[in-house]
Amino acid sequence: MRDPRDNSDGFSAPHRTSLKTIRGLGSARSGTEHFIQQRFTALANFVLVIVLAFVAIAMSGRSYTEAVALIGSPWVAVPLALAIISVCLHMKIGVQVVVEDYVHGLAGLTLLILNAVFAALVGGAALFAVVKILLAALSVQVAE
Amino acid sequence: MASADLDANGGRRPRPLSPHLGIYRPIVTMVMSIMHRVTGMMNIGGLLLVVAYLLALAAGPESFATAQAFFGHWLVRVVLVAFTWSLIHHALGGVRHAIWDLGHGFGKERENLAWMTLAGSILITVALWALIVVLEVI
Repeated sequence: MRDPRDNSDGFSAPHRTSLKTIRGLGSARSGTEHFIQQRFTALANFVLVIVLAFVAIAMSGRSYTEAVALIGSPWVAVPLALAIISVCLHMKIGVQVVVEDYVHGLAGLTLLILNAVFAALVGGAALFAVVKILLAALSVQVAE
Repeated sequence: MASADLDANGGRRPRPLSPHLGIYRPIVTMVMSIMHRVTGMMNIGGLLLVVAYLLALAAGPESFATAQAFFGHWLVRVVLVAFTWSLIHHALGGVRHAIWDLGHGFGKERENLAWMTLAGSILITVALWALIVVLEVI
């Protein structure tokens, strides 16, 4: 009997659906991952940025000590750190989509790598700053 | 044999291309879709300003004073207003896309949703900066 997957006669379609298609895994085992991540980070960004907008307005006209106390408060530092992670992931995926749409070949690949490095650097620098401000605020509390 | 793929001399004709942005009359949903991408890119510039501000605060009182002078300059204020607008435009565009992703708003209201992105972003930006100016004056 002929193998159901055999279409070597040139006109019959393979009769058996591959297991990966049934399980929806696709060839690379992912595909909707970025779509879903982009929407979850969008939701997180929406909530966190609205909260942090009030902090940004409250920062206006503050002295250094007052500014460190506000940003270094756990109630601000933790949402801020979460926002940085979510925003940088959202930025990385968003720019990646634009690069994939408009730049192809080696130039595109180079830009994709630079984009991932850029997002990691921006996120890393921002998290470093938040941790340092948090420690500065804590050391003031300890000194008091 | 005559073929649509070949010209009179038997050479290959260029393949037909699907029409792109250049030949369409702009409609609001299309323009807002492009604006969503543009504002997303603008938000990167704004994020860099925010990160620079945080790094300045982390570095100590002198650098924080420099940052405050920098962000107080009127030219930088204009950039900050532009960033506020692009951030809100992108956020409202995200809400619109979320509505569409969930399968709603594809009727006649789709154009209103797009107009609301533009109108909402301008209104909220003006309201926010009016609040900031009032808070700074009093």
